[in-house]
Amino acid sequence: MTIPPYFAKKKPVSASPVTTSSKRTSSVYSTDFQEQYLNALYYMRLSRMLEEKLGALYRAGGRIVGGVYLGKGQEAFAAAMGVQLRMGKDVYGPLIRDQAGRLAFGEPIIETLRTYLGAATGPMRGRDGNIHRGRPREGYMAMISHLGSLLSVVAGALFARRLKGTLGDSIGATSVGDGGTSTGAFHEGMNLAAVEKLPLIVSIANNQYAYSTPNTRQYACENLVDRAKGYGVHGEHIDATDLAACLTAFRGAAARAKAGEGPQIVVGTLLRLAGHGEHDDASYIPDKKRHTHEARDCIEVAAKFAMEQGWVSETALTTQMEEIRRLIDQTVAKVSKEPAPDPFKENWQALSTAGLVEGQNP
Amino acid sequence: MSGSITYLEAIREAQYDALRNDPAVFLYGQDIDTFGGAFKATKNLGKEFPGRVFDSPISEDAMVGLAIGAAIEGARPIVEMQFADFSSIGFNQIINQAATLYWRTETPCPLTIRLPSGGTAGSGPFHSQSMEAIYAHYPGLVILTPATVEDAYWMLLDSVELNDPVIFCEHKFLYYHLKAESIGERSLPIGKARIARPGRHATVVTYSAMVHDAIRAAEELQLDGYQIEVVDLRSVKPMDTDTILGSVARTGRLLAVGEAFPWGGVTAEVISRVASEGFHLLDAPPMRLNAKDTPIPYHPNLWKAHRPTVASIAGALRNLLRY
Repeated sequence: MTIPPYFAKKKPVSASPVTTSSKRTSSVYSTDFQEQYLNALYYMRLSRMLEEKLGALYRAGGRIVGGVYLGKGQEAFAAAMGVQLRMGKDVYGPLIRDQAGRLAFGEPIIETLRTYLGAATGPMRGRDGNIHRGRPREGYMAMISHLGSLLSVVAGALFARRLKGTLGDSIGATSVGDGGTSTGAFHEGMNLAAVEKLPLIVSIANNQYAYSTPNTRQYACENLVDRAKGYGVHGEHIDATDLAACLTAFRGAAARAKAGEGPQIVVGTLLRLAGHGEHDDASYIPDKKRHTHEARDCIEVAAKFAMEQGWVSETALTTQMEEIRRLIDQTVAKVSKEPAPDPFKENWQALSTAGLVEGQNP
Repeated sequence: MSGSITYLEAIREAQYDALRNDPAVFLYGQDIDTFGGAFKATKNLGKEFPGRVFDSPISEDAMVGLAIGAAIEGARPIVEMQFADFSSIGFNQIINQAATLYWRTETPCPLTIRLPSGGTAGSGPFHSQSMEAIYAHYPGLVILTPATVEDAYWMLLDSVELNDPVIFCEHKFLYYHLKAESIGERSLPIGKARIARPGRHATVVTYSAMVHDAIRAAEELQLDGYQIEVVDLRSVKPMDTDTILGSVARTGRLLAVGEAFPWGGVTAEVISRVASEGFHLLDAPPMRLNAKDTPIPYHPNLWKAHRPTVASIAGALRNLLRY
């Protein structure tokens, strides 16, 4: 098993249902599915290790600039969407728990580390931090903290492409959590994307707690997927601790979006296996919740399944983890030597039109 | 005022020309396609440019969000807010998403948001607001307040060509009442104020519809032998401090007039700049005249007393000149 290169070209998602048998096993999964599964598993493991490193650096103090918000437990759901996307072709608007999705989309870990470690070389150049990073001109949207507000922005990028005639089979994808579905921006964006019938996947990671607020104080419908009907879009609800279920759902959603069926909602039930941020011990999550099905570690589940299917050996997974650790350590070392932003070199210019910046000459 | 083109028609013409000049331009807003917009600022544009003028759902947040996403992709959207007041629903997208985008990501955001602004009699608290100050407070936005037919046309065309988000505050009172013989030539770029009327005894700095009230007040004071200079800001952000200071240097007296609420705002900014950068130019304490500190009233009797008028501007000028 090889580690996928960064910016790896992923095979386009097949629009046909997954029925072909793999030659290697008697599995019902296609070889394409299997390849995506192993790609996703790699990004899940890379994400987990990278985030553990970020958490350790945060706790050690002094290295990380700003907060650390981890996606522990949400890797399968995030990566399964990420591997459907093609950087340079699709539009991705991730949220705070999508590290695995960002990596699967094609973000190299050096971009993550440069942002967290506050290097001037990173995509945000010290002007914004961490989970807010992105490269919008490359279809990698940079979230703001206001939940749900990226939905209409991703929709707008698709809208413009359709207007220009360059949409082709591009799709957009964006994420919210259970808490984000309560905002006006989510509702407005979802409804607008549906009215405009845009090829947009909206993933809703129901991790059961919005910071500390439980589902019972967040919404009153039975299941968040019920909302899909209200918006007139296709909706699906899955067990987000099961990578195969996640992949099947997002593959289907991507195929339907490409086929012109409009926005797709995928709701995944899981449990956040960390605090809201590393400053939060999540003491509000009752102990019995931590022993439910949703509290399963999606990475352990996925690795076990892949081995059972004969797609990967334990030795290969061990080797992969060693390579991941080495990659992370080398990248941390490299980024640590990079310069921090310099206020004297900053142009302090919020407009792209220099002549209209107050207090500066044209 | 006689003439053959109104301020509103100039806005429609500018959008027509923007659509004709650049295929990246599209219009997005409520009731703007077949209906032509609540004020008819997009009349027939949907017919003339099929597939480029879109009726939106009543979702100001998502309308602006969509326009930002489109601008990232190189489109040049013009969003029509049905009334400036409703832009409060899109506030977050405007000030947190559009205004921060270039700074955060070096991605230009060529987006124009049209705000039918200001009071007309009978419009009440939620169809009369002037939002320029609240947007001007945020870095990353250009705030334009055209007072003439010429500026309504040229500044809107300039806005669409700009690679930054523009809040285009067009005054509803001027829509039908302000007319010109023709649109006229482009005179000043965005960011430059205009001496709307030259004078030497006092300066009134104002913008949008109040420019016309200030000129009428100046005409009234001319009967008493005073020559009042009126500065039309045109753009409240960036604010042309040099032109303001140049005028105050000539007159020694400053009255800043605005239709918006009195706390903070554009007039306070004008006074603050002159006080800190041109204190030595002043022969009298600078004065401000704004609307009252209440929501905008509905009944014309109350409405007329809530905002500055020709009479109250003239009264303030007499006080200023007596000092």
